[in-house]
Amino acid sequence: MINTEQQRSASGSSQSPRSPSSQPYLSVSVTDPVKLGNGVQAYISYRVITKTNFPEYQGPEKIVIRRYSDFVWLRDRLFEKYKGIFIPPLPEKSAVEKFRFSAEFIEMRRQGLDLFVNRIASHPELQQSEDLKTFLQADEETMERLRSQDTGYFKKKPADLMQIFKDVQSKVSDVVLGKEKPVEESNPEYEKLKHYIFELENHLAEAQKHAYRLVKRHRELGESLSDFGKAAKLLGACEGDALGKAFSELGMKSEALSVKLQREAHQLLMNFEEPLKDYVRAVQSIKATIAERANAFRQQCELAETMKLKEINLDKLMLTRSDKVGEAEIEYKELKAESEDSTRRFETIVRLMNEEIVRFQEQKTLDMGIAFHNFSKGQARLASSIADAWRTLLPKLEACSSS
Amino acid sequence: MMGSDNQVFEEAHVYASREEMENLVLDDDNSSSKSFSNYRSATSLSPPILVTPADSDPLLAPPPYRDLRNPNAPDNNGNNQSYIEPPSYADVIFRPFDETNPAVNEINGVESSNQFVDSPHSSTSPVSSTSSDYIKITVSNPQKEQEMSNSLVPGGNTYVTYLITTRTNIPEFNGSEFSVRRRFRDVVTLADRLAESYRGFFIPPRPDKNVVESQVMQKQEFVEQRRVALEKYLRRLAAHLVIRKSDEFKLFLQVQGKLPLPTSTDMASRMLDGAVKLPKQLFGESTALVAPQEVGQPAKGGRDLLRLFKELKQSVSNDWGGSKPPVIEEDKEFLENKERMSDLELQLSNASQQAEALVKAQQDMGETMGELGLAFIKLTKFENEEALYNSQRARAADMKNVATAAVKASRFYRELNAQTVKHLDTLHEYLGLMLAVRSAFTDRSSALLTVQTLLSELSSLQMRAEKLEAASSKIFGGDKSRIRKIEELKETIRVTEDAKSVAINEYERIKENNRTELERLDKERRADFLNMLKGFVVNQVGYAEKIANVWAKVAEETSGYANENS
Repeated sequence: MINTEQQRSASGSSQSPRSPSSQPYLSVSVTDPVKLGNGVQAYISYRVITKTNFPEYQGPEKIVIRRYSDFVWLRDRLFEKYKGIFIPPLPEKSAVEKFRFSAEFIEMRRQGLDLFVNRIASHPELQQSEDLKTFLQADEETMERLRSQDTGYFKKKPADLMQIFKDVQSKVSDVVLGKEKPVEESNPEYEKLKHYIFELENHLAEAQKHAYRLVKRHRELGESLSDFGKAAKLLGACEGDALGKAFSELGMKSEALSVKLQREAHQLLMNFEEPLKDYVRAVQSIKATIAERANAFRQQCELAETMKLKEINLDKLMLTRSDKVGEAEIEYKELKAESEDSTRRFETIVRLMNEEIVRFQEQKTLDMGIAFHNFSKGQARLASSIADAWRTLLPKLEACSSS
Repeated sequence: MMGSDNQVFEEAHVYASREEMENLVLDDDNSSSKSFSNYRSATSLSPPILVTPADSDPLLAPPPYRDLRNPNAPDNNGNNQSYIEPPSYADVIFRPFDETNPAVNEINGVESSNQFVDSPHSSTSPVSSTSSDYIKITVSNPQKEQEMSNSLVPGGNTYVTYLITTRTNIPEFNGSEFSVRRRFRDVVTLADRLAESYRGFFIPPRPDKNVVESQVMQKQEFVEQRRVALEKYLRRLAAHLVIRKSDEFKLFLQVQGKLPLPTSTDMASRMLDGAVKLPKQLFGESTALVAPQEVGQPAKGGRDLLRLFKELKQSVSNDWGGSKPPVIEEDKEFLENKERMSDLELQLSNASQQAEALVKAQQDMGETMGELGLAFIKLTKFENEEALYNSQRARAADMKNVATAAVKASRFYRELNAQTVKHLDTLHEYLGLMLAVRSAFTDRSSALLTVQTLLSELSSLQMRAEKLEAASSKIFGGDKSRIRKIEELKETIRVTEDAKSVAINEYERIKENNRTELERLDKERRADFLNMLKGFVVNQVGYAEKIANVWAKVAEETSGYANENS
């Protein structure tokens, strides 16, 4: 949890958890995972503790119980309302059944959820959200009601989402789908950004894959050291005398190092592999925003087109002094308002995205900097203790040969 | 952190495969980029060679790790190998080991009392501490040859011969350098004849016969594997102080042309003789004599079928607690030793397996670390190319440091592993030797069985003689035919007595061989194992320190991020 608090304060937000009470602050922690329910319906619930001096909130501290689908609800609501902003990513929904309640998985998820809420709480716009307040403050019954009502964006129209992604990635896909070429922004800078995001995901996914394998390698090396140590001890028992003792000591050291390796494997998973995975998720969230922007752009274009048609029609009607003019005028005015709304929405998205991308890059440099630091520190520490452990054996081995 | 040398970094070519990674040109902060030699997988890595002190024989084995004072020295194979970091750093790590640590000198093959095993650290028979005897054997130049006569098929069988070159100063050999061509069949013959002549000795086991089709026999890889195995085998024989001076070994190494040793097929033809003789023996038509000189060998097929039956009968009666063999004090000690060897073999087998698993785990670690490094290098390049913001460039620089460290660490792991393989190989070697121990113990058991068979044969013959004498003494003047039978029987008894003496001598001889060999095995095994442990540990320490330093540097470079959060 210290990690996430560090993350929070490093994110350059205007809130810091330990600031004096005169400064507005909002700090959240997700803790105490508890398994509830039975069998197929079993799930984990978390304690969400909010400390704040925001006037709209019941302060200074409020505790609620939430489960994973509540977090999903919050994410979906924010995604709908704050188009253009990169909504912080959630840890993955499901996992292999057996693994789902393992201590490691629960801890990884808790860490991910904590990060998620804190990033929202420290985002200048998102922290104003009503839905956030509901999430942090409402009682469990209300939350349950809301959660079951809302189907959520990501559950709706998956086909549409896929469509949007396709459009963004390749411009020719629509010929295959039998649709006419969709309307797209012709903004070279934006094209570059889209290309960057998609490429970035590939590179990051590969790095994360190897990071995960590296965790496994640590575990495997630990296991083989443990087995080797046992075998050495048995061999030592066979040999007896000084040599037997030497084997025995080697075996013990080997087993001790095995423990260190297992520990480092866990650290590696939490402090290096997870941040990389988090990075990948963040990029995927940006892709969703990109899709939203494409959507908004298309809407804007369509409305502009429709409006033009209506305008032409209106002029025609006015010329013919038709009695439908009044109706048409009203329709036109409505359409115009809609079109302006749509344009405004699109422009907001563009503006927000420009700000967000800068924030994102800075945030990621910090996040990865910390991850790299932890990674290299961990590796250095591990290698050092390996060297130290084996080194203590040398004088003993010396003594054996001279005797 | 921020000001990365993009131009210098440009030299990092980004590739996907491990091969390409090995060719990766990485820049280092204060030296120009160097190219890196190809590192093969741990199992086939040739030992890193280095500059040896001027007065040492270049044929003597190099120390297990490089003398980093001269990182660019070409090795014996002419490969130019260089290290990444500047020599001064490496010196700090390894000089203390090289110069002040006597353990290292021992590992360097300067002093090794190993006679049983081809020490993993030497390519020659190590200089024995007692004499300056020297013998080096090389197996090379495999060639296909045709079998001329005896073939039913015109064109005949093809087989492979190897050139066996010996250099020695041992006086029992005539000459100091000589070569012969031998085929694998000859090696089998040598091994079989040695087994017969040196019963009770721990004779290093020969390479396996491979039952494969002739096509595979000629494949490059198979021939090369066999060449290596033959060389190892001959070197082990040469390392055995008694066997190296045997006639069989000398003939094998020196005599040109056909190997002048009876082959096992010659022995097999004796089988046919034996099959003919058996019915006669069973019907008692020929005397079931065991010629004295023959008891020097265990009963085999061939002429000894009847003897086999008798000894089988004897061993069965032994088992059923019939006539007990003469119990000798030593037997208890022998049984204890046998038990100990059996236990040792079990533990060695286990340890050998776990050692292999450990080596694999280390190798995998190195590979994955390298792949991780490569992935980050690609990412760095990508970020740098697409950078719009300084935050990206900063991140790219951080990534580059991590990537470089990961690739370095990966190389260290692989070198560590190559060394580990050589050290832990000692376990495999001694495991192989346990076969020889078992076979030597079997020699003893079968010699004992021969003795016991003869003893009980003798006692039954004597009983018969007594009966006949008692019977004939009742008839005055004697029964001419009965008297004749008694004479024959007495003759048989005399011959059997002789055979018994020979058998007992043989048995005692084998027992003594067992004893001295066991003593030597224990002494040398202890020394070799101790060396192995030291080598293994020194290796682990050395490389762990190097890896730690590589990562400590990156931790230092990224420490700014940690401070922001404390």
